[in-house]
Amino acid sequence: MQIALSVKNVTKRFGDFVAVDDVSLSVEDGKFFSILGPSGCGKTTLLRMIAGFYEQSGGTIELRGQDMTDVEPNKRPVNLVFQNLALFPMMNVYENIAFGLRRRGEKSPAIAKKVNGLLERVGLPGAGKKTIDQLSGGQRQRIAIARCLVLDPTVLLLDEPLGALDAKLREHMKVELKKLQAQVGTTFVYITHDQSEAMVMSDAVAVMNAGRFEQIGTPQELYHNPASSFVAQFVGNNNKLRAVMHKDERGGFFARYGNGMDFKVDGAFDLSGGDAYDLFVRPESLVINPVEAKQELNVMPAAVKAILFDGGNSRLLVTPDGFADELVVALPQTKQFDHIRAGDRVRIGWDASKSVCFKRADWKIYDDE
Amino acid sequence: MKRSPGRAGAAGGAGSPGGLYAAPSLFWLTVFFLAPLAIIVAYSFLTPGPRGGVEWKPTLDAYRAIANPSFARVTLNTIVVAIGATAVTMLIAVPCGYYMARSSRQTLLLMLVMIPFWTNFLIRIYAWIAILGNEGFLNDLLIATGLARQSVRFLYNRGAVMLVLVYTYLPYAILPLYSTIDKFDFSLLEAARDLGASKLGAINKVLLPNIKGGILTAFLFTFIPIFGAYAVPLLVGGTDSYMLGNLIADELTKSRDWPLASAISLVITLVTTMGVLLLLRANGTSVLGGSGDGEKPVPEASSAAAYGAQAIGGSR
Repeated sequence: MQIALSVKNVTKRFGDFVAVDDVSLSVEDGKFFSILGPSGCGKTTLLRMIAGFYEQSGGTIELRGQDMTDVEPNKRPVNLVFQNLALFPMMNVYENIAFGLRRRGEKSPAIAKKVNGLLERVGLPGAGKKTIDQLSGGQRQRIAIARCLVLDPTVLLLDEPLGALDAKLREHMKVELKKLQAQVGTTFVYITHDQSEAMVMSDAVAVMNAGRFEQIGTPQELYHNPASSFVAQFVGNNNKLRAVMHKDERGGFFARYGNGMDFKVDGAFDLSGGDAYDLFVRPESLVINPVEAKQELNVMPAAVKAILFDGGNSRLLVTPDGFADELVVALPQTKQFDHIRAGDRVRIGWDASKSVCFKRADWKIYDDE
Repeated sequence: MKRSPGRAGAAGGAGSPGGLYAAPSLFWLTVFFLAPLAIIVAYSFLTPGPRGGVEWKPTLDAYRAIANPSFARVTLNTIVVAIGATAVTMLIAVPCGYYMARSSRQTLLLMLVMIPFWTNFLIRIYAWIAILGNEGFLNDLLIATGLARQSVRFLYNRGAVMLVLVYTYLPYAILPLYSTIDKFDFSLLEAARDLGASKLGAINKVLLPNIKGGILTAFLFTFIPIFGAYAVPLLVGGTDSYMLGNLIADELTKSRDWPLASAISLVITLVTTMGVLLLLRANGTSVLGGSGDGEKPVPEASSAAAYGAQAIGGSR
């Protein structure tokens, strides 16, 4: 597979502030790659460097093996779908899509063929004469993407394009974007702060925090084997318990919670740099009233605080005895647990192999860009 | 300036409540615009009275007098000054408006543009005389620094007229440009660059078409009053900068030929109005409430047309 986009040790400084800190990634041709991170983590800066609107302070950006340093944005074989779409309001749909082709000096018949072909492909045949303000949010979205795809870019960059849509339409567009990408086969690099968008659409996701990549992997890898406490917290839902890690005489590791309770954990841990750890366990790894007390199971009695009914995504909010934290527990809608009411007492447990522990890291989510 | 949808011709239906709301402005326009205009039209076809005023004997003498080549010379002079001063004003105003819209200190800059309005127009012209005069500030400075041995004659020529006109009308051009550029979404420029446009191409194809309304308004706000300028050429101009405004005033007060003054005024009004209409039409704006097919109407331009009409009527 050819590498469409390769970013090597790229850094961007604004004065003293390091917005992007020694980031590397490579994306194969035809893949859907997402960069996921909270706002202010540097993902937009990275995208703008790829598009050519910022110059990197260090490192190189290559497209199909060609170094892009000193290449003007209008000469790069990438196109960017802007967060606010940035469609040209004084032009109709046809002219918006034809804009890039005209800049290339293509002939009118060729332009007409390409524009109409692409309008059909994004499901808006015959919309060429419409003005931008006659389009719905979802249609504008598609025109913004069509305007870029018509230029057949090596990489299509998308800057949180679904951010402005309402929840229902966003769900719909996720699927549609994924289908469109599979159909046209263009390499997509998509940035978002919404982990669900990244997970649903991507072949691979890079999780970014405070200017650095925490982990790059498939959505499944990120979900099941997070590489850091940040990834464990940011990707999917997780219960976080502050614990102290210690080792017993037989070499097994245990995480001790504030109330003195010990939880079995899998794997070996480095205690040299302190023993403050965070233990993460996903809601669906928590089992209600486990039937058999297996050796690896951490089981404890708990009181049900509330039932958070949400169809297939329903959860229980419980407080285990002696706990300061509440835990979120998946509530399967199999009728098995329909009898549970708020205030009931249940037992909850989890398999030691399903929890992950990380040294406590005081990362913080930057909230102002 | 509030951006209101351009629907000048929409409230015309008889018996609609719009008619009632329009009554005060209809009254205003009739008494202060249409009636004086009617008087000017009527006077232009009458015989001049011995000491000003008119005698009620219809004649076309005034229009015959316009055919005189001296009138053409003054007209040409006026056109040269108006085009020159407007061009210079626009060349300064567009970057100014752009800078103001991009600045983080917009309120301060707006204040600076508006502060001159706190001083009377005539006083500001006299201030320029104090600066540029033979014993003015600038000449004192030149002589004191040894750059000039005797005072330079800055005043009473076309250059001085242009300078003071540009100074006077610059805020009228900057403000509409600023308000239009301020509303411009600058990510559109980046989008254009991203889609393959050069820097200049992005400005030509995306920025300029989007601020067209502001440019047009700024142009009309400057060109029309400068075309009818009177006080500036009178006070800082010389024989080479005698303009139509001065000609009308002289016909009115010195030659006491009111019909001729009226006829010249009318010709200016007609020519300017036609020019404005052509300009608006070329920009795809529906002026008289016609159905604007194709492009969207430019609201600023319609209000500018209204302003322009008044500016022509009440020549300064």
